[in-house]
Amino acid sequence: MTTTALKEPVRETSPGAAREPHRRTGRIRRLSLPYLLLLPALLLELLVHLVPMAIGIVMSFKELTQFYIRDWGSAPWSGVGNYKVSVDFDAPVGEALLHSFFVTVGFTLLSVGLCWLIGTAAAVFMQDTFRGRGLLRALFLVPYALPVYAAVITWVFMFQHDNGLVNHVLHDQLHLTGKPSFWLIGDNSFYALLTVSVWKGWPFAFLIVTAALQNIPHELYEAAALDGAGTWQRIRRITLPSLRPVNQVLVLVLFLWTFNDFNTPYVLFGKSAPEAADLVSVHIYQASFVTWNFGTGSAMSVLLLLFLLVVTGVYLLLTSRGRRAADA
Amino acid sequence: MRSIRAAAVGAVTMSLALAATACGGGSAGGGGSDDSPKTLTYWASNQGSSIAVDKKVLQPELDKFEKQTGIKVKLEVVPWSDLLNRILTATTSGQGPDVLNIGNTWSASLQATGALLPWDAKNFAEIGGKDRFVDSALGSTGAQGKDPAAVPLYSMAYALYYNKQIFADAGISKPPATWDELIADGKKIKARGKSVLGAEGSNLAENIHHVFVFAKQHGADFFTPDGKPDFTDPKVVDAVEQYVDLMAKDKVIPPGDAEYAQNQSVSDFAKGRQAMLLWQSAAANLKSQGMSEDAYGIAPVPVRSGTPGAGTQTNSMVAGIDIAVFKNSHNLDGATRFVKFMTGDAEQKILNTAYSSIPPVKTAQGDAAFGSPSNAVLKNTLATSAAALPQVATESQFETVVGTAVKDLFADAAAGRAVTTDSVKAKLVKAQQQMPAA
Repeated sequence: MTTTALKEPVRETSPGAAREPHRRTGRIRRLSLPYLLLLPALLLELLVHLVPMAIGIVMSFKELTQFYIRDWGSAPWSGVGNYKVSVDFDAPVGEALLHSFFVTVGFTLLSVGLCWLIGTAAAVFMQDTFRGRGLLRALFLVPYALPVYAAVITWVFMFQHDNGLVNHVLHDQLHLTGKPSFWLIGDNSFYALLTVSVWKGWPFAFLIVTAALQNIPHELYEAAALDGAGTWQRIRRITLPSLRPVNQVLVLVLFLWTFNDFNTPYVLFGKSAPEAADLVSVHIYQASFVTWNFGTGSAMSVLLLLFLLVVTGVYLLLTSRGRRAADA
Repeated sequence: MRSIRAAAVGAVTMSLALAATACGGGSAGGGGSDDSPKTLTYWASNQGSSIAVDKKVLQPELDKFEKQTGIKVKLEVVPWSDLLNRILTATTSGQGPDVLNIGNTWSASLQATGALLPWDAKNFAEIGGKDRFVDSALGSTGAQGKDPAAVPLYSMAYALYYNKQIFADAGISKPPATWDELIADGKKIKARGKSVLGAEGSNLAENIHHVFVFAKQHGADFFTPDGKPDFTDPKVVDAVEQYVDLMAKDKVIPPGDAEYAQNQSVSDFAKGRQAMLLWQSAAANLKSQGMSEDAYGIAPVPVRSGTPGAGTQTNSMVAGIDIAVFKNSHNLDGATRFVKFMTGDAEQKILNTAYSSIPPVKTAQGDAAFGSPSNAVLKNTLATSAAALPQVATESQFETVVGTAVKDLFADAAAGRAVTTDSVKAKLVKAQQQMPAA
């Protein structure tokens, strides 16, 4: 868009020999302006993202423990040693990383799927006008608006074994469990984490899908209704295909956020999560900041970054190919 | 056009300025100086029942220090869960407080980072000499053979707190002295419908303190004499199993305690729901939760047989808080004076009374204020039957990996899964393999 806008005036004016130098500086100025305007953002990007990332990559090749953190540059090089340790799946460090990776993948797929499903269903449902819709819509956004820490700590209270609301309801009132369950330790911690993650994540999906729904022309639905399409058919044939471009972005964003989510597990379980809910983000944090093995932690971070880059790349490739096919 | 350009130039300048400030951190390699002699920053660990309580206790003392020296101390009370991370961040950036509190078990780990001012003979002379401090407290200030990385500030020891009423109701005349007695008493207490013994199964440090003492009682240590991790020694495995069995097999620790990490077991005890609690210097905490001092008794932590003492009769770790100076301080002289003030006789009496701890300073410890029967138990424990946690550089990692192993074992016990010698050993093998090579 920028380039066409810039080219147009050049094409319109006829070349005049006398004014050539002046016009050239003008042109350079015009061409460089967007970059000049981008410069602050680029500089900040460099400072906030690229430099730390480069430092992280350098660290991943160093033997960085508490003996060197005060002056990390002096830490001895370990070559690919940290990477070897991280991907040696027969040894405990690699094995634990692989385990936490699979937990994270399973957790992310379930969480994103449920967030999307609930968010979309709610958005479709809220399309019809009814009394109290505004209030309900505002209420839906509460989990998204609450500070993460406050929200998750409340969940911690609810998940407590002895005095928690969850056990009170499931065990004392509904008699669904034989004895009160543990939610914050042991195997159930996975479901506790999933519950909080979905509770926190679906309003975002709801918000985005609601916005997208408002862009679908109403005539489409009217025409479909005239042709005798039912509700389900209208959702399947009009709503979902129209949502596709938005959904592609939404799912990718949710995926990245959930995969990297650190706050939720950290506030729920503290610095050492139960094995069943040992997400990669906390796992790396633990490797770096709790056992003070910063080199190995950095190597794990780099591996995670590479994985996410590949997933994102493949995803974007697939979805853009799908879109091109649809356009053709 | 012109205004756009001006805005662009403005934005670029601003981002450059930001860049400059971001890069303008202190040098991590350099040492401290006396550049700002009129102020100090102090990170205090959270000793009282809340941060507000600590501020109330400490601020008048800091004002006193300011009156004496003209140095203003900026106080920040840091919760335990954040403290180690905050110190680590300060170490990396070189931007830390001037004076700080550390948990004494971290001394050797933090000493290894080189961020703390070593307390050589000269520095000690400035605060009245090393001889002023009790030996057991000095044992937790850094690795042997090196200048201490910190100075002892508050000393604590574990004791068995028991509810007199529950004991009387169950017909128990005296607190248990051995674990077998404790388990037998537990049966009587449970018959009266009360819970027996509190624990913090998800609190890694708390787990470590207990399994360390149990290991001592089995004649083992978690490290070899030359400082290598030795978590899979059969005696260590037995010790850890014995501790977790208090929940798994002996059923004296209730399963719900497996997820405790926020001192909930102290609240259970203070509210009279539970007969016993193994805790360090709990008096102030219990009082703030409304439990009167007459309601409970204090006894030495049980041992396997006989009476507490050294070696296999050890019944507490040397618990406590040290005060340290950040090497990068811009007021080294003032920081040293502040340490002298805080470890002075008068302040030691005031602060240790407020926190129901024992002064690690000999002269203050002799004061009548610390002569009560409860303090006698703590003092005696510290003097005769407490041992310092391994003073090795990897101590903080050990706390994490073994603490987590015990937490996982408690989770198994709570869920009704069997805790066996093999399952304990498997967790400890994994913990040992996770230890970084030091």
